[in-house]
This record gives sequence, C-alpha cells and structure tokens, in this order.
Amino acid sequence: MTYIHNIQPVHLDALQEAGNIGAGNAATALSQLLHKKIDLHVPSVRMVDFQEMQAIAGGEEEVVAASFLRVTGEAPGSMFFILQKEEAEELAYTLTGRKVDIIDDSLDELAASALRELGNILAGAYLSALADFTGLSMQPSVPSLAVDMAGAIISAGLLEISIKGDHAIVIDTVMEEAAENSTDAVNGQFFLLPDPEAFDKIFKSLGVE
Amino acid sequence: MADWKTAEAPERLRTSGLGSCVGVVLYEEGLSIAAMAHIMLPDSSMAAGRSLQRAKFADTALEDVLACLKEKGCSLRRLQAKLAGGAQMFSFSEGSDMSRIGPRNSEAVKAVLKENGIPVKAEDTGGSKGRTIEFSIMDSSLYIRTVNEGKTII
Repeated sequence: MTYIHNIQPVHLDALQEAGNIGAGNAATALSQLLHKKIDLHVPSVRMVDFQEMQAIAGGEEEVVAASFLRVTGEAPGSMFFILQKEEAEELAYTLTGRKVDIIDDSLDELAASALRELGNILAGAYLSALADFTGLSMQPSVPSLAVDMAGAIISAGLLEISIKGDHAIVIDTVMEEAAENSTDAVNGQFFLLPDPEAFDKIFKSLGVE
Repeated sequence: MADWKTAEAPERLRTSGLGSCVGVVLYEEGLSIAAMAHIMLPDSSMAAGRSLQRAKFADTALEDVLACLKEKGCSLRRLQAKLAGGAQMFSFSEGSDMSRIGPRNSEAVKAVLKENGIPVKAEDTGGSKGRTIEFSIMDSSLYIRTVNEGKTII
C-alpha cells in the first residue's frame, strides 16, 4: 500500500495530535466517572507488523479485558480500550463495589456490564473529540467486551488491514490514575487502528497531505 | 500470526493467541517431521495489496506447506491434519463483514485439506475463545490451552 511508504514524520505528528485530543476527552470522561484525577501519556504513533501489535497490547497470551468497536463513516477503523487483568478488576470494583476475578467462568454480570459501559463511554468520548477535530464523520458501533489472550483479541482489529498489507499504524495512548502509590494506579490503553483507506482523509483534514 | 514452520521430533510446534485465526498441523504418523501454519484469512483472492504474503491465506499457505513437506520426504497420501482456532472473538452486526471470519477460516482450511485428500483427525474450532496450541510430533498430540476453559488434548 502506498500510504505506508509515503508516511513522513509530519503525518505521525498529526496522528499523535489527533490521538491526544481523542484520549484527552476520554480521560476527562473517566475522571468524572471515578471522581479521580487521570493523567494522560503522550500518545505514541507507530507503524508495526502484526507480531509487534500483539506485543504492545501486553503479549500474545497475556489476559486482558478489551472493549472493541468498529468505526464507520468517512474514516473507518478499529478501536480498542484495553485493561490488563488487575486493572479491569480494580475498575470493576470501583464501579460496582464487588471484588471479581474476570477470568472466572462466571464473570459477574454486573461487573461485565460495568466494564462494557465504561468501554462505551470512553470510546465514544475519544471518537467524538476526534470527529470534531478532523471534521470527519466517525460512528462507533456498540462495543463488544472480551476477556481473553491479547493476541486473540488484537487480531480481530487487524483483519481489515491484513487484506491490504502486513503493517498497521497504531495510535497508542495510555492513561493512568494520578495516584501517590503508582502500583495501585489504574491505567488503560487505547488503540486506534485506522483502515488503510482512512489515512488519506485523515491527513487531508489535518492539512498534511 | 500469518506464518508457518516445520520441525522435527523431539521439537514441538507452538503458536499462541489464536483468535479467529486457525492453527493447522500436518503430520505423517511414524515420521518425525510435522508442519504448523497460523492462518489469518480464508482465501488469497481477498488480497487487495500489491504484494501477497502467501502464509496469511488458507489456500496459499497450505499449498506452500504441502510442497515443503513433500520436499522433505513426506507422502501426501499419508498426511493427516489437526486444527484449532477459528473463533469469533467479538459479535458484531454492523461495521465489519469480518465478524464471521473465524468459521470461514476453518471451513476454508478443511476445504483445502479435502481437495488434497488429507483427513482431519481432530479439531477444536469455533466458539469465542482464544487458544494457544502446541503439537508434540512424537505422539501426534495437540495440546490446547484457553483462558477460561483450561487445557485439552486432541
């Protein structure tokens, strides 16, 4: 695909700014929900092969809780909100007051529902900020929640891309609770994986053709 | 993901984090060689890029694996197969025609095997769970590990 070969630093900078605006809005939403201060890391934008993509989600076999949604509209793509196992359990506890083990067969329905709703709110906040910033229409599908191996989960977001090539451009943003004791801090990771045909439109809208 | 390899006993073949992808093992009972492919998409006619990575698709990957095994002394008529994966990790009704890709991958792999007269001795496919698989060439056992449903051997 030509877009992969024509990517310049200026393009990556533009995607980084877009990710920052999206995740910033999501962090505000999470902060209001938890009544806690949430810190946002500067997004990293990388061109990765599929193996590397699994690695940045925590490793092929690492158990994660992931909300996944498809974005339709002018700039289609896939989006993930990923929590490592302990983080998902901590968040489920904060939201429902129940201690849960998310890989237990009988995942508490209330906890699952809270995590699903969280994914819904955060992904919606991310995308609406991104759509405003780019002026492009982006409609999220209803998120689907899965608790499983990171490799198995991430591959679902690579299918559209894999038809056209062997690399993905990922906008990876980490946000974490601003806690004194960093070991208790909740942090989550957003991945936005635009479909190949979305890049031209995103770059054009950001003035970096 | 989207690759294949061969190995000789006592080595084991392993691939991890299979979701909608399908892991296929091809072996000949009594021989110490086997191959494992980690297939991502059902058919190379789906490819829209200029360069085609053959290991990604069921048809082209298996064609290459079979050619390699033949070269290494396997008899195609005596080959057997085991497969796992092909799950549907997320359920979607909108925004992607990729939601049934797991079952389609399994079907495509089985169709290619059938064309080549290779029997499927065992399979653990479908569902909505990730799988990590490991094949012991010595006794033709395929070990399958999942997060929620523990381990099985087929």
